Amino acid sequence: MPKRTDIKKILLIGSGPIIIGQACEFDYSGTQSCKALRDDGYKVILVNSNPATIMTDPEIADVTYIEPLTVEILELIIEKERPDAILPTMGGQTALNLAVKLAEKGILEKYNVELIGAKLHAIKKAEDRELFKQAMSKIGLDVPKSSAVTSMKEGMEAIEHLGFPAILRPAFTLGGTGGGIAYNIEEYTELLDKGLKLSPVSQVLVEESALGWKEYELEVMRDTKDNVVIICSIENFDPMGIHTGDSITVAPAQTLTDKEYQRMRDASIAIIREIGVDTGGSNIQFAVNPENGRMIVIEMNPRVSRSSALASKATGFPIAKIAAKLAVGLTLDEIKNDITRETPASFEPTIDYVVTKFPRFAFEKFPEADPVLTTQMKSVGEVMSIGRTFKESLQKALRSLETDSYGLEEVDGDTEKIKTKLKIPGAERIWYVAQAMRTGLEIKTIHEHTRIDPWFLNNIKQIIEFEEQLKVQSSKFKVQSSPRDIEHRTLNIEQAALLRKAKEYGFSDRRLAQLSGLAEMDIRGLRKKHNIVPVYKIVDTCAAEFAAFTPYLYSTYERPFYKIVGDSGLGLGKGNKDNNPQPLTPNPQYDCEANPTDRQKVIILGSGPNRIGQGVEFDYCCVHAVFALRELGYETIMINCNPETVSTDYDTSDRLYFEPLTIEDTLNIIEKEKPVGVIVQVGGQTPLKLAVPLEREGVRILGTSPDSIDRAEDRKRFKELLHKLGLRQPESDTAMSVDEAVRAAQKIGYPVMVRPSYVLGGRAMEIVYDEDSIRNYMERTVKGAPKHPILVDKYLDDAIEVDVDALSDGHDVIVGGVMEHIEEAGIHSGDSACSLPPYSLNNDVIAEIKRQTKALALELRVIGLMNIQFAVKKDEIYILEVNPRASRTVPFVSKATGVPIAKLAAKIMVGKTLKELGLTEEKQIKHVAVKEAVFPFDKFTGVDSILGPEMKSTGEVMGIDEDFGRAFSKAQASSDNVLPLCGKIVISIRDKDKPGICNIVGRLFAAGFSIIATRGTAAFLSEKGLEVEVINKVAEGRPHIVDLIKNREIVFVINTVSGAQAQKDSFSIRRSALQYGIPFTTTVAGAKAAVNAIEMLRKKKINIRSIQEYHKDRDA
Amino acid sequence: MSKTLLVLSDGVVFEGESFGAEGETIGEVVFNTSMTGYQEILTDASYKGQIVAMTYTQIGNYGVTEEDVESAGGIKAEGFIVKEACDFPSNWRAEKSGVRSQESGVVKSIGNYLKEYRIVGIQGIDTRALTKHLRNYGAQTGIISTVDTDPHNLLKKVRAYPDISTFNLVKAVTTDKVYHWTEGCWKWQSKGIGGSGLGISNREKTNSQSLTPNPCHVVVYDFGVKFNILRNLVDAGFHVTVVPAQTEAEAVLEMNPDGILLSNGPGDPQTVTYAIENTRKLIGKKPIFGICLGHQILGLAMGGRTYKLKFGHHGGNHPVKDLATNKVEITSQNHNYCVDIKSLQGKVKLTHRNLFDGSEEGMQHVELPVFSVQHHPEAWPGPNDSTHIFSRFRQLIQNG
Repeated sequence: MPKRTDIKKILLIGSGPIIIGQACEFDYSGTQSCKALRDDGYKVILVNSNPATIMTDPEIADVTYIEPLTVEILELIIEKERPDAILPTMGGQTALNLAVKLAEKGILEKYNVELIGAKLHAIKKAEDRELFKQAMSKIGLDVPKSSAVTSMKEGMEAIEHLGFPAILRPAFTLGGTGGGIAYNIEEYTELLDKGLKLSPVSQVLVEESALGWKEYELEVMRDTKDNVVIICSIENFDPMGIHTGDSITVAPAQTLTDKEYQRMRDASIAIIREIGVDTGGSNIQFAVNPENGRMIVIEMNPRVSRSSALASKATGFPIAKIAAKLAVGLTLDEIKNDITRETPASFEPTIDYVVTKFPRFAFEKFPEADPVLTTQMKSVGEVMSIGRTFKESLQKALRSLETDSYGLEEVDGDTEKIKTKLKIPGAERIWYVAQAMRTGLEIKTIHEHTRIDPWFLNNIKQIIEFEEQLKVQSSKFKVQSSPRDIEHRTLNIEQAALLRKAKEYGFSDRRLAQLSGLAEMDIRGLRKKHNIVPVYKIVDTCAAEFAAFTPYLYSTYERPFYKIVGDSGLGLGKGNKDNNPQPLTPNPQYDCEANPTDRQKVIILGSGPNRIGQGVEFDYCCVHAVFALRELGYETIMINCNPETVSTDYDTSDRLYFEPLTIEDTLNIIEKEKPVGVIVQVGGQTPLKLAVPLEREGVRILGTSPDSIDRAEDRKRFKELLHKLGLRQPESDTAMSVDEAVRAAQKIGYPVMVRPSYVLGGRAMEIVYDEDSIRNYMERTVKGAPKHPILVDKYLDDAIEVDVDALSDGHDVIVGGVMEHIEEAGIHSGDSACSLPPYSLNNDVIAEIKRQTKALALELRVIGLMNIQFAVKKDEIYILEVNPRASRTVPFVSKATGVPIAKLAAKIMVGKTLKELGLTEEKQIKHVAVKEAVFPFDKFTGVDSILGPEMKSTGEVMGIDEDFGRAFSKAQASSDNVLPLCGKIVISIRDKDKPGICNIVGRLFAAGFSIIATRGTAAFLSEKGLEVEVINKVAEGRPHIVDLIKNREIVFVINTVSGAQAQKDSFSIRRSALQYGIPFTTTVAGAKAAVNAIEMLRKKKINIRSIQEYHKDRDA
Repeated sequence: MSKTLLVLSDGVVFEGESFGAEGETIGEVVFNTSMTGYQEILTDASYKGQIVAMTYTQIGNYGVTEEDVESAGGIKAEGFIVKEACDFPSNWRAEKSGVRSQESGVVKSIGNYLKEYRIVGIQGIDTRALTKHLRNYGAQTGIISTVDTDPHNLLKKVRAYPDISTFNLVKAVTTDKVYHWTEGCWKWQSKGIGGSGLGISNREKTNSQSLTPNPCHVVVYDFGVKFNILRNLVDAGFHVTVVPAQTEAEAVLEMNPDGILLSNGPGDPQTVTYAIENTRKLIGKKPIFGICLGHQILGLAMGGRTYKLKFGHHGGNHPVKDLATNKVEITSQNHNYCVDIKSLQGKVKLTHRNLFDGSEEGMQHVELPVFSVQHHPEAWPGPNDSTHIFSRFRQLIQNG
């Protein structure tokens, strides 16, 4: 069937900010579908609130709105743009839920807009637990016994016949929010109560437990002609009970017989038909009882999902792109497979390697969070790795994680601790599995504790046994020659074979170095001497049955093969029938498919797994670097291991190496490809920390030199630099011990900010106000990492923080954007909202900030991007930090101003000047853009939402409008903190903030709000002539502040605290506000901005305007 | 694990390790791209005379079971090539219905299974390199040896070995006596409840003949028939009689079947002259359904020609378009030869086409109730998308 001609304009809904359970995989799918639809001649209108996405680049869609993803805004867009259809299946649960609301409110009907991809009835049938269960029973499929309950009473009845343990899943929530496993009635009551509240439809599915069963996922696609194909099967290493997003998963399925696999395949096809997903992809999850093979259907996502991104990267089959084409009526057999070019998309990929996905967690950021893995997703990112065997793939995944692990290292713990770690799954369980094997625990026992399939366990056992063999053998590596003299060291045949085998098993050089007592580079030297180097294989969708044209590559180690020329051979020794025949040494051939070209090429190092502090923003920068260099005619080579990203789409760069970002793996590629240089400054800390080691190996680093980077990062050298330029920084010192830290703090004067050197995202950073606190901090931190110096900085109270992104070619410097933070300095810049342009700083200060920026860029010889954080206190300017690299704010600045600074930076790095690029002055904008951070507090019970120097946000949104107030209100709406226009506001603040609150209260009164405050705050306000109602703190008796929140009598919460005790006492206020979806702020600065916005909202209507229009404005 | 060599007739040598029986084996080396179903593949008699290389790298993960055997007498392939063979299989089916041997009790691993049938296997080689080599230079004869590690000797042996098209492989795999088949397809059974967890395939749900009114009688020519063809026939409501490949047409007609099925089997169809002859006699007398080699024999019997593909189709992911409905079915494939349907112009029409390479996948006689497919509708290994063809055969008989 040809594509539809009755629709011309399609509205695509994005997924909003990065949150746990919904990450940049939807940027990947959205970007792919925009491109696919435009290629087919459709006009695409895109809406997404997340500026740090490729999809919101002005070139990707025809019309792009960076606006809140709310029904009201969507209606405005539909009214203005009049799309013929909405494609709701590319933007995760957010887009799907929004589409349902638009349909239910009659908006789609009103404007005659069609849902394509999945219709309302299909979405409902898949998402509503009860309807889904009925559908499954209709087609004869098993589901877990369950009851959908809508009240505590129904819940109590349900548990009677289901029994414990029971699984609770609130309907229509993200990433299983609020779900969990209840082992007893107490836990059950608690979880049920929470689940009912969190579910937007107050419905919780209480389910028979399939804990410990094998868990599978199939990615299915269907077209309008009812052709259905399975793209990929995925088997979870971690069985049922751990959210699949938090599980290690493997593709393809490993332990299903063909009959079981076909049964699952048949079931998937029947399900997609019964649910009625017309076109596109769906993800279906199954559980299989390992004892008897009973198969039950767990759930279905009638849309592109995190797993489909993984499946696309795992197979080379671009699910989102194809799904978009199917949505407009094309059929699978009409679409070509990009990779083989000859064959159609109507087939099922087959792979000749093993893919491992490994989740990345951030529990170190949330010490109060429960780090046990359950059915609620808690990971913040993931890596994927490809190897020819599971062992290789797994070990590559471990080192891709960047958690300072290079294999299955030994972990501490006695048998009891190990057993506990096996039974109660945490982020590091696999290392305990390995350790359990070292201590002699049987596979059977480990299986009983973990329920991990023995097939996986036996593979790990092979790795551990091999390690033991290596330890014994490697002592002989050293005996071979004089120690230290690696140049002359050679291995005998058996040792070389062992080393090769180790590489086939996926061992990193670093791990081999640990096991053998050599240095990593020694192992590398030995390897190369014996020609044990990786070959690169292509991900081709077809296991080499057809020629592939897309250089999407992964490394592996294979043994050579030989070719006997002629009949008589090639002088191989005769009489090889001896007991010990000589190996075939002549002309060994390796099947390496990298086939480097002789073009001028640049390698761009990606940013690895998403984590707090390093997210999609850096992938955005990497992708821009690729685009820019392609424009200049370079061959671009991307190295990355994050399957969720646009950078790992095989058609983003000319060549994609899906590889860990370690020195070993990147050097291997560099040696193969021989690029003119490597770009390390756009992917965050991950590539940056490789800069020095790569340069040491003779690799040319493009852009700002590693020495300059070091000059900005090394405290001492940085101090000298500022001194030279006559710039100020908060007074600071370095301490190696508790006493040194105390002395330093006394010298500088409290409060001080303390943190370990070389950390990302404010890890372990704290503000301390007294000696006890600093002692406590030092004892905790130094214990963790005794060799690292601790930095002690003066903390500037009540200073305004300013972020600047600038571009420099070494001669000229252009400021990309000056951003004024809403929250005060001391709150991590990644967690702070900010405004571009600044909304309160005076022009002199801004001019001085720009002058200092330029001076620093030139002195540091920055070639490319630079980010500086300033603090402004009483018009004095201090420099907090200089990062001569792309920063988190680069995409925000680009979206706000329309200047693609990451692209320009990449061009500068290969030698272009700002003048050549036509950038001679800063762009002035007439509108205001506000960035707001988005937090995962709702995923972690027990975690406080107070902001501090340690970064906790997972994503960001942008609000853009004509004035600060409305831009701020949009940013709040986008971060699920919709500001109220009337009602009762509760205020409870610390003494320090009280003077600042009077103005706010006065303005709120003027705006018609009523105010209720806790005793101290009310008394203070009363003194100032502002009479407010009084409410009890939680400790003061009832009714108290939390009762008001739970009764939804409150529309906004302003709550600031200082000191651990006060924070503990008021925790329940913030937690319940979060849980009941009441907007809140934990800073006075945030409250002030909110009032500002509320006043503006009451005066003026919310506008929508496309990014393209805003940018045109600027150019005019 | 002893050093083991694979030598191809063009002189390419791979060095790996043995994981099956000790010894030496020669055959045409083909690659199979299925990710599951290695046991069904090994026991598929169509692989007689061939050494199978699996493109998927982890083979043996779920062990071997009695239920997944596709022919009497166990493994039919001449040798087995994998990247990594697993000797710690994990699957409940292998636990419950694992292959048993009189000597060693339950055979658990793929390696032991090969040993049980004295089949040589090699692992540890770059199977992707091998696959690409076969793709680029075509299927060719190869030798695997665990006993002779002189590549020159092996090359001599392999070059001295006749081409696969010179063997009459069907004779080696066909049944020597007539038998009846009553077993239906494997279904997951929940113990005690008796319910079916499957029940959703295109196939009719019931597999018990007593429930099927008016069972038809089909005679199956066994050229190396896969058991799953027989099982599907039972599920489609047939009484099934299996006869040896050499059975005379007259003898079959005497059985007065309602239809005749020409089964799959190994080797070059042109070598099965007696079958071509018998088929010619049966056309027009009874409804006929041919699968794979049966399809090719039917083509030759009607006066058409067959040709050999460069490296064949062996896998479970080939899209085949049913030209009557324009729907795409994902099919199980295992063949090196094809019928040139243009050579049968006027007699048959093309009914199925392979969307990978455009090759011909099915035909139907323009007048007579005679049709055939090149792919494997019985699946296993591979998808069930085409199992409805068995019902179609039955309908053809009932309507005809």
